Amino acid sequence: MLNYTIRRLMFTIPTLLFISFVIFLILDMAPNDPTGNLPMTIPPEVREKIRISLGLDSPMYVRYLLWCKQFFINEPLNLIGEWFNVCIGACEDRLRVRSWATRSPVVDLIAERMPQTLWVVGMSYVVSIVIALPIGVISAYKQYSWFDQVGTFVSMVGFSIPTFFTGVMLIVIFSVWVPNDSIFWLPSIYDTTHQVTDWPSFWFQMRQMVMPVMVLALYNAAQLSRFMRASMLDNLSQDYVRTARAKGLKEKTVLLVHVLRNSMIPVVTVIALSVPQVFGGAIITEQIFRVNGLGQLLIIGIQGADIPLVQTLTFVFAVLIVLFNLVADILYGLLDPRIRYD
Amino acid sequence: MKLTHFVAASLSVALMSSSALAGSHLAQGRDGNVNIIYWQAVSILNPFLSGGTKDIDASNLILEPLARYDQDGNMIPWLATEIPTVENGGVAEDLTSITWNITPGIKWSDGTPLTAADVVFTAEYCMNEDGGCQQTTSFSDVESVVADDDLTVTVKFSKPKPFPYGPFVGGTSPIIQAAQFKDCVGAEAPNCTEQNFNPIGTGPFKVDEFRANDVVTMVANPNYRDPSKPAFASLTFKGGGDAASAARAVLETGEFDYAWNLQIDPTVLSDMAAAGNGTVISAFGTAVERLMVNMTNPSADLGEKRSTLEGGPHPFLSDPAVRRALSIAIDRDLLAEVGYGAAGTATCNVVPAPAIYASDANDECLVQNIELANQILDDAGWARGADGIREKDGVRLSILYQTSTNAVRQDTQALIKQWWAEIGVETELKNIDAAVFFGGDQSSPDTFQKFYADIEMYTNLFDGTDPEAYMNSWTCGEIPSPENNWLGSNMPRYCNAEYDALAAELSETAAIEDRARIVRQMNDMLMSEGAMIPLVHRGRVSAHANSLNGVILNTWDSETWNVADWTRGE
Repeated sequence: MLNYTIRRLMFTIPTLLFISFVIFLILDMAPNDPTGNLPMTIPPEVREKIRISLGLDSPMYVRYLLWCKQFFINEPLNLIGEWFNVCIGACEDRLRVRSWATRSPVVDLIAERMPQTLWVVGMSYVVSIVIALPIGVISAYKQYSWFDQVGTFVSMVGFSIPTFFTGVMLIVIFSVWVPNDSIFWLPSIYDTTHQVTDWPSFWFQMRQMVMPVMVLALYNAAQLSRFMRASMLDNLSQDYVRTARAKGLKEKTVLLVHVLRNSMIPVVTVIALSVPQVFGGAIITEQIFRVNGLGQLLIIGIQGADIPLVQTLTFVFAVLIVLFNLVADILYGLLDPRIRYD
Repeated sequence: MKLTHFVAASLSVALMSSSALAGSHLAQGRDGNVNIIYWQAVSILNPFLSGGTKDIDASNLILEPLARYDQDGNMIPWLATEIPTVENGGVAEDLTSITWNITPGIKWSDGTPLTAADVVFTAEYCMNEDGGCQQTTSFSDVESVVADDDLTVTVKFSKPKPFPYGPFVGGTSPIIQAAQFKDCVGAEAPNCTEQNFNPIGTGPFKVDEFRANDVVTMVANPNYRDPSKPAFASLTFKGGGDAASAARAVLETGEFDYAWNLQIDPTVLSDMAAAGNGTVISAFGTAVERLMVNMTNPSADLGEKRSTLEGGPHPFLSDPAVRRALSIAIDRDLLAEVGYGAAGTATCNVVPAPAIYASDANDECLVQNIELANQILDDAGWARGADGIREKDGVRLSILYQTSTNAVRQDTQALIKQWWAEIGVETELKNIDAAVFFGGDQSSPDTFQKFYADIEMYTNLFDGTDPEAYMNSWTCGEIPSPENNWLGSNMPRYCNAEYDALAAELSETAAIEDRARIVRQMNDMLMSEGAMIPLVHRGRVSAHANSLNGVILNTWDSETWNVADWTRGE
């Protein structure tokens, strides 16, 4: 298992390098320009100077290698330096990956946005797992019952209605229709500077998270509950279930110990594979509620042709996806004794 | 929240009663917090490193220029004692220099005094070739900026400047602190994150916390020159999302006090305003949505010479009759009503304001006249073919009409296509993502500079009140072509020696009446020759909560220009 993990990890290095190059190539070819969104009052000559000051006049491979150096050498060195409070080499003059729009280091921007994304998107995953698993189990156990039918209907609705619709609908109901002083009123705009220090501020944090979390949770739970149901149905008709019942085990034990355990194997991998999406943020939902996390950072970067920002963010997502694929594979091996990689 | 309100209120009452005896004013910070929402998030608070309106408006809460424009376009002294003119001796007789006197006693938010050295430094900072300064237009033709004494600055120009109010005037050219930015000049400018995110200013607020592309929280500047201002102790400047939800946050949910640039469907906006929480405000500047007419041939067969003077004149748009017919076939009132509501009025001029520069010679186009348009085309020999499309000598009146992707623009395109069909003109519509269309990427064929189409539509405007640079856009030397890397702002490729002569005359004329006469003449020339077809004079639309007083929407300067005067009412 260890050998396998090391082998896989070694293989990820060329994969990731290749991915970073492809991302850079695509961004370079995209017909977007960092001066495109500037007001019309800035004349073309000034725009050209801005482009040059951003380094856009040098050839593509130079810019790629520069990014590689900044990202793979300078940023880790800087991170180590900050953690241990030491200075390695020329730490003052070291060039970091800087966003073109904010002129600040991209890694700092990502670190600043991590909390709200993890709070909101991460919490929505937790909520959706808590909702989806029981619904999936009961739906499968009582297949074609009214509970199953309602569950199917709700998940179809949750899956097919886009988040930009449910989000705006919730805002209209809970922020516009419900009067401001009512206990059911919820803020439509997320306050990212809010700090949880005591119970009232925790209560406020909960209130401002309710709408974005529920919108995302409905969408994710819909998918996950279908997955859980299908996996349970596969196992319920297996011979070992009949054997367990024939042995005289209680129905509860059969269902929750034998069937559920086996059914969880594929579901756990699906959950592990979706962890990178938590970090990727939720572009649309973050935009609607102004959670301004990683998804919103990415979309702003794309709109403003902020290439270093988009390149770095996309690459970080790529790293997470590759890593969590590996994690999913390992989990699979740990959960299912039949699978051995060595 | 309620408690802080109460404390702030009782505090201000206490201060009021005590200061009333002393004959003084109200206290700073008496009205608590004000929430501003911009649907584009602020990226940086250094206006010299960003051309974005959102960044300039946010930085204007902190940084201030020597003079500003008020809501009527008049210049008013801000950090200076008065506006220098030739009459008061502030501007040299030969128009090559201007001398500003800084008001004594103004302090930066860190308590140090504002001096002429800061002003000189600001000019050096922006004029540095390696700094990537995005406001260099304000400093065009500046030769040197020198401090005569602690509070006097003289700007020398390399040639006579009839309008010397470029540097240090308006929201795009504020003063930054020399002490703070001294290590950030030239190539170092972008690396000064701390300075760029937390500039020290003389304005009513100072930065408390800045989160790039998200939110800025500010607190009142304790060293602000007027101890009774700003009325708000703190300010939240939130960004992100879209215009419709920003409008909703002010007009419907009441979570925010001010929302910027609400260019959304006018009926949606008025429905929101009906909720009674806030007021929609609009004001008109110089922005005009117009059709640019390509005077050169954009045919793909010409290869490199496509849309250049060498490629020859346009096969049918070079005919003045066609340009005039296209213009009067348009119902501008309907376009303004459908697309812009309170924020648009029909116009026939490319310079619609300030009033002194606006011509009234072109008002024919204000009324749609399909019949006359048909008549003009008939007379010019463009006869309808079997499919109803006019043609002459084998040339069909078939137009490729491009613009940026934007719901209002696509509605306008559809309406115009329909009217042009009524006069026997076929139209193919195309829309291009704004970042590409306005992006100026040399390798993209879809930029507005390359203009590989017959007609293109967008809005243009000029900053401040002086249209000289703007009028120069349509001189022969400004035509974009492969030779100048498509840099240039003369999109119609209009070239007229008479027009160029007027532009040269304008650059030597100082008297405002004469300048206005020349500008009107130039505007009329462009209009009567149909190089551009103006459609709608566009205003700014914003909204504020009914409880927020003192908001004056200003299109000549930054929208946040008078934030020090904003107060909380009932």
